[in-house]
Amino acid sequence: MATADVDTAQTNGNGKYKVIGTRPIRHDGVDKVTGRALYGADVKLSGMLHAAMLRSPHAHANIKSIDTSKAEALPGVRAVVTNADLPEVGDRIAELGEGAVNLRHLSCNVLAGPKVLYKGHAIAAVAAENIHIAKEAVGLIDVEYELLPPVLDVREAMEDSAPILNDDVRTDTMGELGNTPTNIAAHFRYEKGDIEKGFAEAKVVVEREFDTATVHQGYIEPHNATALWNKDGHITVWTSTQGTFSVRQQVAELVNVPLSKVKVIPMEIGGGFGGKISVYLQPVAALLSKKSGQAVKLIMDRSAVFEATGPTPGSYIRVKMGVDAGGKITAAEAYLAYEAGGYPGSPINPGCMCIFACYDVPNGKIDGFDVCVNKPRTNAYRAPGATNAAFAAETVIDEICDELGICPVEFRLNNASKEGTRRVDGVEYPVIGMADTVEAIKSSAHWQSNLEGPNRGRGVASGFWFNCGLKSAATATVNADGSVSLIEGSTDIGGSRASLAMQLAETLGIAAEDVNPAVVDTDSVGYTDVTGGSRVTFATGIAAYEAGMDIRRQMIARAAEIWDVDADQVRYEDGTIIGPESSYTFKELAELVIKTGDPVTGRGASSAANQGGAFGTHCVDVEVDPDLGKVKILRYTIAQDCGTAIHPSYVEGQMQGGAVQGIGWALNEEYFYGDDGSMHNASYLDYRIPTCYDVPMIETIIVEVPDPEHPFGVRGVGEVPIVPPPAAIANAINNAIGVQMTELPMSPPRVVHEILKKNS
Amino acid sequence: MRDFEYEAPTALADAVELLAGANGSAKLLAGGTDLIDHVRTGRLEPDLLIDIKKLAELNVLEASDSGLRLGAAVPCYQIYGNEQITSNYSALADSCQIIGGVQIQSRASVGGNLCNSGPAADSTPSLIALGAVCVIAGPNGTREVAAEDFCTAPRQNVLEAGELLVELKFPAPGGKSGSHYRRFIPRNEMDIAVVGVGAAVTLDDSGENFVSARIALGAVGPTPIFAQAAGDALAGQPANDDSIAAAAAAAREVATPIDDMRGTVEFRNHATAVLTERVLKTAIARARGEADGYTIGH
Ligand SMILES: Cc1cc2nc3c(=O)[nH]c(=O)nc-3n(C[C@H](O)[C@H](O)[C@H](O)COP(=O)(O)OP(=O)(O)OC[C@H]3O[C@@H](n4cnc5c(N)ncnc54)[C@H](O)[C@@H]3O)c2cc1C
Repeated sequence: MATADVDTAQTNGNGKYKVIGTRPIRHDGVDKVTGRALYGADVKLSGMLHAAMLRSPHAHANIKSIDTSKAEALPGVRAVVTNADLPEVGDRIAELGEGAVNLRHLSCNVLAGPKVLYKGHAIAAVAAENIHIAKEAVGLIDVEYELLPPVLDVREAMEDSAPILNDDVRTDTMGELGNTPTNIAAHFRYEKGDIEKGFAEAKVVVEREFDTATVHQGYIEPHNATALWNKDGHITVWTSTQGTFSVRQQVAELVNVPLSKVKVIPMEIGGGFGGKISVYLQPVAALLSKKSGQAVKLIMDRSAVFEATGPTPGSYIRVKMGVDAGGKITAAEAYLAYEAGGYPGSPINPGCMCIFACYDVPNGKIDGFDVCVNKPRTNAYRAPGATNAAFAAETVIDEICDELGICPVEFRLNNASKEGTRRVDGVEYPVIGMADTVEAIKSSAHWQSNLEGPNRGRGVASGFWFNCGLKSAATATVNADGSVSLIEGSTDIGGSRASLAMQLAETLGIAAEDVNPAVVDTDSVGYTDVTGGSRVTFATGIAAYEAGMDIRRQMIARAAEIWDVDADQVRYEDGTIIGPESSYTFKELAELVIKTGDPVTGRGASSAANQGGAFGTHCVDVEVDPDLGKVKILRYTIAQDCGTAIHPSYVEGQMQGGAVQGIGWALNEEYFYGDDGSMHNASYLDYRIPTCYDVPMIETIIVEVPDPEHPFGVRGVGEVPIVPPPAAIANAINNAIGVQMTELPMSPPRVVHEILKKNS
Repeated sequence: MRDFEYEAPTALADAVELLAGANGSAKLLAGGTDLIDHVRTGRLEPDLLIDIKKLAELNVLEASDSGLRLGAAVPCYQIYGNEQITSNYSALADSCQIIGGVQIQSRASVGGNLCNSGPAADSTPSLIALGAVCVIAGPNGTREVAAEDFCTAPRQNVLEAGELLVELKFPAPGGKSGSHYRRFIPRNEMDIAVVGVGAAVTLDDSGENFVSARIALGAVGPTPIFAQAAGDALAGQPANDDSIAAAAAAAREVATPIDDMRGTVEFRNHATAVLTERVLKTAIARARGEADGYTIGH
């Protein structure tokens, strides 16, 4: 049984830690499994109105006029808003934690300005006494459109003849702006060494082209917002989000009020994966509330989530790699074009930085393009940009290994990035665990096993993703019963309440159960950046640790006061405060705290720390139906460097969840568009995320190469597991049936197409 | 969702009268698993829903020597839970077992599946393969239509204003008979058929030769398709790989699929032949009383 080792330390701290590495029940667990947890849709306020959105039926059009008079006249309607109700915000850039955004574009995305740029683009919203009236009123809004031809393919959008989406977009080439309107919003270039010389040294050079489809995060909970714009000018927003402070900033900027006038209250969040950072509904609900004088609730339906929130881009990628007779990479070149959607901002830059990040590439050149197309504006999705890139690079590597007769695992060991390796984009690595993850796969039961049977194959692939630091704050209060309340601002999408409480418990030498973590609103905790970039357990973890250290200092001082000794004669060890003659347990002293002086509250923050980054290597066995092209995942193993696993179950859960999303991306998920630019599969029936029948239990190997930047050695674990799956599965398919897939998803029709091509 | 009236008549004549009197603004409600979704999304805006689950004639489930009578409103779970159906009309049981999950199967009817008249309906190819006849009641009395003639276009069928489907009648299978339906879906659950094939075969006493065969295809044309020539050509042939491959090729000939989010023309044509082979082999194994090796979803 899996429960046998539940309480054993899993970390290579090997007895160093008491709490870290154990698997306590998460603090928010009971509420979630009993259905008591309150999500965005559960908000109910007295007098609350319900709102509905009018969305564009066209993928590309000028809005000639909007007539809302009939909707406003419908009994029960209390407010109607359009882009005209949003203040002019100008051309400023706002940092959102996992990407930046031009506020004018954000504003026009929230409620379409002069143009609609994708089907589903929000145009107007109606608040009414109930949702049925609101929906009926939406149908009464008249919009006059001037239809424009849509452009949906990234390479077509780059052509001079393509319809231009935004007349204010100029190509930004490493800081220099072009002077004509274009769909190419940015061009990144990174170079290292001498690429010509590198290819000349190679024994084998392989060059391939790849296409990947637009895919969505597929969180279960739709976007939601309830807002109350009070008569005193204060706005309260209840919403499920990955970043309350980011929502506060975006709302304040978009409706043009000072930051301090906006309070954001986080509701439990039913998945985000990067997609719940940007605002969609929050400013609209606020404007409707201002107009109506009542709280207004606005919730998306599933098709709006697909059509109008931020998926991750479809892409075109070309990779050329040269390897010498000894199996060493001599040169690597890549061209990446990512679809930004309606407005600029695809994760092209991280895509460029990640594409060769796992390997020591002596000579490299990478070009990346951010390209507007008539699809929803893309947003972060777990390791944004890296999965597309890895699909290309890691399958080219496999082909080279085949040609040179090198084992793909040995190739990866031989070329792995390590401390001191400089990436093509210039960054030099600190201590990292890339090679360790490959070693872990090499010695795994999975890799050691024989795979037998027709149409079966095995593939491996590695992946990299950054971990960012950014800013976090936390406070912790000592209660008289020896428990500690932890107040933090990182909304919990992956078990972070537990992992933060455990770090505080470890710092204080108390039990995880004696810490009560709470994620609170923006008025109640210090500034905290988004839950994204694999940063919370790392950076908010440091804040929790610092808050704990602050408590320790105060507890030492208090004990010294009580004993009437110097503070430097008192030490804090393993949850005990030890003086020259006597000692207190944490609990004993906690009881005395209020009786003897000020309450003890610790504060902690972090901002400076930079994480080293996370690597993972995946191994997968597949069986391909050679007649129908269906790929069955037989076995799947992940080895990932997690630095130090605070709560191993949640680390494993992140690895498994990321891999399953990657499997969906690999095999079936895609936005399927008609020529008119409308998405045909905006529902979970035809946007096919894997079900529990489609994946085996994902095996996990936690590799621990502690990150020296963190007191316990934490690395971010949430994102990198989505990076290798499509590449690993493509390699396995090739190994099974000798067909190299270069397009995602590798759906049955595509696989059959390649099989028929090969057989004819 | 718009407001509507609800009636649940207990006599067939009352149901026909209500339906005929509503001038096209009424819809019949069996399990509601298609209908409610259409109303919710606004694709249909009926003023009246007539619940037909309380009509005795539509709840008949009777298997005898002379065949099977299946009321139009009988839910799937009762169908695949009936031993006579699983052994003698296995294709129908196969279909009912893959329509939705347990919740859907507790409500969804074969009558609703047929009357919804989607090209990918999972029970219709089985009805055609098993030679079912649709019994239809209306203001002018009762008439019968072969299952293969029921659907006329996507979401359209032969029902005239005021008519409803009462039951499906199946002939008793003779001699060594077996049938099977399977579909191709990209995942193992939660999908609409990309291609579906149903077949019913009767073998001679030796079990080596076809006496007759009926093959029907789903999701590869505007309506489910009766691949009559493919089945007819098997009569008198030995049941072996060659004859099966020929039938598969003939079935593929009558498929007229489109490209859409569920599959390409190339894939659907190819898969029609592949599935026809697999379905015939399973039906033959069942006719011979051998293990069929079929697992749902694959
Ligand atoms: C989650 C889910 C999964 C599904 N999975 C599948 C699947 O795998 N395969 C599949 O084929 N379908 C599937 N469906 C569709 C649906 O469940 C089936 O088509 C089902 O058989 C419909 O039967 P019903 O009794 O619910 O019909 P209803 O929804 O009650 O009726 C369907 C239509 O037929 C009409 N109608 C019903 N009975 C009669 C009658 N006696 N005479 C005349 N008209 C009538 C109704 O007015 C309506 O227009 C699924 C649906 C859902 C919601």
